[in-house]
Amino acid sequence: MDNKKLNVNEIFEIIKVNFSDSINFTEGDSFIIVSHKKWHEIAEFIKDDSRLFFDYLMCITSYDKEDKKTYGLAFNFKSTINHSYLEIRIEVCDEDSVPSVSDLWGSADWHEREAFDMMGIKFENHPNFKRILLPEDWPGYPLRKDFETPEYYRGMLVPKDKTYWE
Amino acid sequence: MTSSIDTLLLTFSPLNLPYSVAVMISILINGVFIFLLMALFATVAVYFERKVSAFMQDRLGPMEAGLFGFKGGKKFWGGIGQTIADAIKLLTTEDILPNDADKKLMIIAPFIIFMGALLTFIGIPFSDGIIISNFNIGVFYVMAMSSVGVIGIILAGWASNNKWSLYGAMRSAAQIISYEIPLGLSILLPVLVVGSLEIGDIVGWQAEHRWFIFHSPFMFIAFFIFFVSGLAETNRTPFDIPEAESELVAGWMTEYSGFRWAIFFLSEYANMLIVSIVASVLFLGGWLSPMRIFNIFPESWLFFDGVLWGIFWLFTKALFLVFVMMWFRWTFPRLRVDQLMHLCWKVFIPFALANLFFVSILELIFS
Amino acid sequence: MSNQDKSIIKAEEMILNMGPQHPSTHGVLRLKIHTDGEVVSKIEPIMGYLHRCFEKHCENLSYEQIVPYTDRCDYLASMHMNHSYAIAVEKLLEIEIPERVEYIRIIVAELQRIASHLVAIGAFGLDVGAITPFTWALRDRERILDLFEMLCGARLLYNYIWPGGVSHDLAPKFVHHTNEFLDYFEPMIKEYDQILSGNIIFVERTADVGIITPEVGINFGVTGPSLRGSGLSHDLRKDEPYSIYDKFDFDVPVGKGMMGSVGDCWDRYWVRMREMEESIRILRQALGRIPSGDVHSAIPKKVRPSKGEIYSRYETARGDVGFYIRSGGKNIPQRLKMRSPAFCNLSVFSEISEGWMMSDVITILGSLDIVLGEIDR
Repeated sequence: MDNKKLNVNEIFEIIKVNFSDSINFTEGDSFIIVSHKKWHEIAEFIKDDSRLFFDYLMCITSYDKEDKKTYGLAFNFKSTINHSYLEIRIEVCDEDSVPSVSDLWGSADWHEREAFDMMGIKFENHPNFKRILLPEDWPGYPLRKDFETPEYYRGMLVPKDKTYWE
Repeated sequence: MTSSIDTLLLTFSPLNLPYSVAVMISILINGVFIFLLMALFATVAVYFERKVSAFMQDRLGPMEAGLFGFKGGKKFWGGIGQTIADAIKLLTTEDILPNDADKKLMIIAPFIIFMGALLTFIGIPFSDGIIISNFNIGVFYVMAMSSVGVIGIILAGWASNNKWSLYGAMRSAAQIISYEIPLGLSILLPVLVVGSLEIGDIVGWQAEHRWFIFHSPFMFIAFFIFFVSGLAETNRTPFDIPEAESELVAGWMTEYSGFRWAIFFLSEYANMLIVSIVASVLFLGGWLSPMRIFNIFPESWLFFDGVLWGIFWLFTKALFLVFVMMWFRWTFPRLRVDQLMHLCWKVFIPFALANLFFVSILELIFS
Repeated sequence: MSNQDKSIIKAEEMILNMGPQHPSTHGVLRLKIHTDGEVVSKIEPIMGYLHRCFEKHCENLSYEQIVPYTDRCDYLASMHMNHSYAIAVEKLLEIEIPERVEYIRIIVAELQRIASHLVAIGAFGLDVGAITPFTWALRDRERILDLFEMLCGARLLYNYIWPGGVSHDLAPKFVHHTNEFLDYFEPMIKEYDQILSGNIIFVERTADVGIITPEVGINFGVTGPSLRGSGLSHDLRKDEPYSIYDKFDFDVPVGKGMMGSVGDCWDRYWVRMREMEESIRILRQALGRIPSGDVHSAIPKKVRPSKGEIYSRYETARGDVGFYIRSGGKNIPQRLKMRSPAFCNLSVFSEISEGWMMSDVITILGSLDIVLGEIDR
């Protein structure tokens, strides 16, 4: 096991050997952009490769690109062996679905459900793919920038501003 | 040793009442006496427990409710009217029966538990000669009757039609078959030495020789086993598994409220008193004064004998054990149900059997 | 005891709904428990009952206005939430903080760690049936809350640490009172040890129960005392020192399996106990050398970070909190995601508690020390 702390350039060089066509990295950035089609293979690689060994998936953040209905996912990784840090991004449009990595990292399970719940990003092969924080029948995905709060939810008025309480 | 029923019957004999009526009246008087004793003890013990727990937890406990305008201030005895206020509140709150519950059984269950405690008191002595009815199988009767309550617990848990209650009832059923055997085996020791099941004989033996707790190390272990199993019988911490507050909400009592719940409460405290009195009678010399052991002023200990002093000594011993139970409750965590069974089946029963064996040998050698 | 032989008798499974109103789900967590008698075969945690749209709110609020919202996330360790958010925004703005502010922040953060661990230990005792430690813990926590009240007037939700500074300077006698508290509290830890740590029933209930192996812990993203209980020395204060933690001398206690196996409930509890001692060590060092200075000087007039993203990590009482802030160059964040430690700690719960008994499920949940405010956000 290699204990050298790697920076993002070196990590990119290691991944590029096998997956040159599906990853993208701009000099100066702190993250690597990965195509969702090859994501599961890349995930397996960065988890098992002895130079990288990213065994700790800290966070999955979903974000709205605010243009052309594309949504992004940011995966923050940490290796507990060599303490390298890596951010991987996947950007998909509304129709695409991202392969789930919950079989590799247990923490991905709930974070992916949350990304679906809040941003409406769909995941393939997820063992228990449903909403996590919001009710099952909540309309829409609230963290999308074009989300509009419904007037009523199950016959209850949804308060929009504080005049409702005053 | 005379029983109070006989005494009452003798008192009524000049009135020339029909025998059945006289019996009825004397039973009624005794029943009312037991009920008042239970209610009084529960009131005092609940207040005492709250104050003990407050003392152990750096709190003040109940402070507000007073009695006849006397609040007690910020003293240890502040808020002495609290339990009376609580009792009135419990008796006047709405009695809720869930729709899907088995209503008949749910109504009966608290009374079965209450009857168990009430009937046990028939065989419980309060001093030399003060006992409702003196059997020649007194100890056996007390043990049998004090187990009746479990039927009520199982009924209550089943009839509530609530999963938490059902869990509590099932745990209670698992608990009784665990603690009853070591309890019975440890009682067997004094009975074996005395050769009688009658409570008067057991205390009489202790008066002649010595208290059973000082009889031999085996007897001390037997007392320990008896007391710990007694804790399990009264569902007190660390064996409050059937009502485990943090797991089962309130266990088999979850669906009960108001008056019926108050009866559960009353029975719980009555059971504490029963276990403590039986432990005192069997192992701690019952109503005998502790002056006899120390034997410091041989002339003066005669003064501490007698019926009234007997009541005093018996209740001092019993209330001390009650205090120890409260002390345990506010100190120990709760055991898991399988750990209780492990403790009873794999630790207590072998020890109790070994005790029985060694005490029998001692008896063969020395008598 | 775990993973009992399933082949013996298998009765029909019963589904038990624990919560959202239940004495020991630590808030409004709902557990759907599939039980076979007393043995639990499957657990589904269902949350969201306390969802307050924290992340959606953040997209409509300026950076300064978010601070009070972070209070409400982990309401037992609000100072940590304030601090972690402030550090994230400061990283985004690339501003330097005066030395005095850093010292004040570390003092309140470590006091908060003690307060939070006290609740964790007390509530854990309550879960296994010991009531007295809980009242003792709250009694001592009260004194910390009094100190915080002296600082900022609030006792639970402080809004004290702002990006760039703190809201108020230290109260005149704060250092004196904190020293007094530490002198009082240090021997108290031994009392907790006496009533809980060595108590045979407590050990019986918690040792060898709910073991998190290091592999499972890392895989599920478990952090904080729950991971350190598994024998891994992962503490951001030591590994990647933020603020000025590199100037202090302290140890990272890890679970050693003293009463059972490494990573059981008892180890997680024990790590919290020892962490309070380490916090006292840090506090004593920090209180002795607070520099003078102005606590407001670095607070930016206008928080308007340039375009970019930041992922900032912080070690709270519950673990590794992460703020992923995506700035669009405006005074409001384009996206703010909070990686809450209790959320990840809870995700391992169903993995480690299957096969145990009903009572153990409560014990394991208590040992993870979750706060629903930050799970549901």
